Amino acid sequence: MIHNHKTIEARPAPSSTIGPIAWLRTNLFSGPINTLFTLLALYLLYLLLVPAIQWALINADWIGTSREDCSREGACWVFVNARIGQFIYGLYPRDELWRVNVIFAVFAILVAWLAIPRLPLKRWVAAVTLIVFPIFVYFLLYGGYFGLRVVETHRWGGLMLTLVLAVVGMVAALPIGTLLALGRRSHMPIVKSFSVVFIEFWRGVPLITVLFMASVMLPLFMPTGVSVDRLVRALIGITLFQSAYMAEVVRGGLQAIPRGQEEAAAALGMGYWKRMGLIVLPQALKMMIPGIVNTFISLFKDTTLVMIIGLFDLLGIVQAALSDSRWLGFALEGYVFAGLMFWIFCFSMSRYSQYLERKLHTGHKR
Amino acid sequence: MREQASISQASTTATMVEMRGVNKWYGDFHVLRDIDLTVARGERIVICGPSGSGKSTLIRCINHLEEHQQGEIVVAGMPLTQDVKRIEQIRRRVGMVFQHFNLFPHLTVLENCCLAQMWVQKKPRREAEERAMQYLERVRIAEQARKYPGQLSGGQQQRVAIARSLCMHPEVMLFDEPTSALDPEMIKEVLDVMVELAEEGMTMLCVTHEMGFAKTVADRVIFMDQGQIIEENAPEPFFHNPQSERTQLFLSQILGH
Ligand SMILES: Nc1ncnc2c1ncn2[C@@H]1O[C@H](COP(=O)(O)OP(=O)(O)OP(=O)(O)O)[C@@H](O)[C@H]1O
Ligand SMILES: [Mg+2]
Repeated sequence: MIHNHKTIEARPAPSSTIGPIAWLRTNLFSGPINTLFTLLALYLLYLLLVPAIQWALINADWIGTSREDCSREGACWVFVNARIGQFIYGLYPRDELWRVNVIFAVFAILVAWLAIPRLPLKRWVAAVTLIVFPIFVYFLLYGGYFGLRVVETHRWGGLMLTLVLAVVGMVAALPIGTLLALGRRSHMPIVKSFSVVFIEFWRGVPLITVLFMASVMLPLFMPTGVSVDRLVRALIGITLFQSAYMAEVVRGGLQAIPRGQEEAAAALGMGYWKRMGLIVLPQALKMMIPGIVNTFISLFKDTTLVMIIGLFDLLGIVQAALSDSRWLGFALEGYVFAGLMFWIFCFSMSRYSQYLERKLHTGHKR
Repeated sequence: MREQASISQASTTATMVEMRGVNKWYGDFHVLRDIDLTVARGERIVICGPSGSGKSTLIRCINHLEEHQQGEIVVAGMPLTQDVKRIEQIRRRVGMVFQHFNLFPHLTVLENCCLAQMWVQKKPRREAEERAMQYLERVRIAEQARKYPGQLSGGQQQRVAIARSLCMHPEVMLFDEPTSALDPEMIKEVLDVMVELAEEGMTMLCVTHEMGFAKTVADRVIFMDQGQIIEENAPEPFFHNPQSERTQLFLSQILGH
């Protein structure tokens, strides 16, 4: 039998019976030990937060153009202010920045469209995001067509590069990972063993090794004279690495679909690809979304490792700026800024995945 | 060319399903033993037997949801082989209804009925929907066409599953305990649909323990035990004068209470 309960969450009692004082008493001061820990925790928070706030906000310098403007003992955000262009766009030519901005705007719109539940045509927007958007990004960022100036990839950097690495890695890894997951479940011995070996190989190697291999080994396989762009090398490495993880996420989703679904489709005369594409994968996708978002978050953070092969992602460019002789001694500000940027992105993604998880729990209907 | 010949031959054969010396093992376990079974076009067959006797396995071999290891199965004149194209060809002529309905929960009732028409038979959407509505009407559930399967009762879901299968215009229908997952009050609505189908002359192989249904529609009742066909007979003599001891025991158990 297929049951379809819509469970209603237990709700807290109406606020009249439980005020803030009562809440404090039951949760924080319910006994001597609880009270002790509460006070201890409050004291630790006080020790940490007060200086942090003083440093970051109250005693900080915000306005100015050079280090002379940072006279107070707090943080010198002037440094971040002066360098924000580089942190976001890398060394992208100043008069071509509109190209990056257009991409940021389109990307924000697409993501918002996918995230806001009420908007229609989700499927089409997802398809555009995954297929059309990357092509659009390539032509606009790299240029060389439609009268756009070519901007070599070594000038790409900062947040923009971080996003390019993470999004391309992700978008390319989805189809490859799906194929690998299907391959791993296949009954054909060669396909199956290839998938297993591929997945287990990439999952067993740290990304940093993959990046080294991509930058050192890939050129060896190329005909002499052909040099592969450094960014492309990193992208290939990241994609292969990410595909292996994606394959396991997809496999988890596939396993959650009852066998009867595929049997019913088979009994109707549908071939393998139709059974997968029309019946099994669309249902599995729902279950995979939280897992996909989670691997995306870790990939997003892992992209910082491209620093070691000479690409300047957000963290890399912050670090490069720290060695500028005019701004020596502001490392803390730089790292706090980079950390905050990563945190904002990862936190919003993690919230989104939690929201999806909750939504998926309440019923199987659309 | 040979393909062509076998198909045109197929549509005129009087034998719908033929199994000759079929054997199947799960590892060491011998599930089907020397099954010989011939089903004529238009014949209604009920298969019964104790749990684990291989009834499901038997009918699932006919559309190759399970693979047999020995013997020959011919469906609508086409021998069942390993060839994927051949298997799909046969599945298009064989409809199947499952114990747990197996409707596609992410699609509406109407989409459930249209999907295979559009992707397997390459029908335009409008035509597929027209036919789907026609069959949904026949199983008396047309008004639920826009709902999702999860919003229907078990009996309603099973009727949708029957309609979905009929939309493909199968020549033979396989039923695997279509009512045994249903609450008692819903069994009748599904059986009624099946009786109508039988009266229209559909060839049917039905695994069921609904002996009332067997008496009204079956041309033959087959009793299976431990992977073997123990007895087959018309319903009248089968129920009133069972030959083997095991059949007698089984009948007394299911009719007794
Ligand atoms: N995939 C499998 N692997 C191993 N053994 C299996 C498998 N599928 C079925 N069997 C066994 O084969 C035997 C026959 O199974 P089958 O489902 O055909 O029985 P059945 O007559 O339909 O029983 P029921 O009335 O319980 O549905 C059972 O003993 C079962 O345990
Ligand atoms: Mg069974």
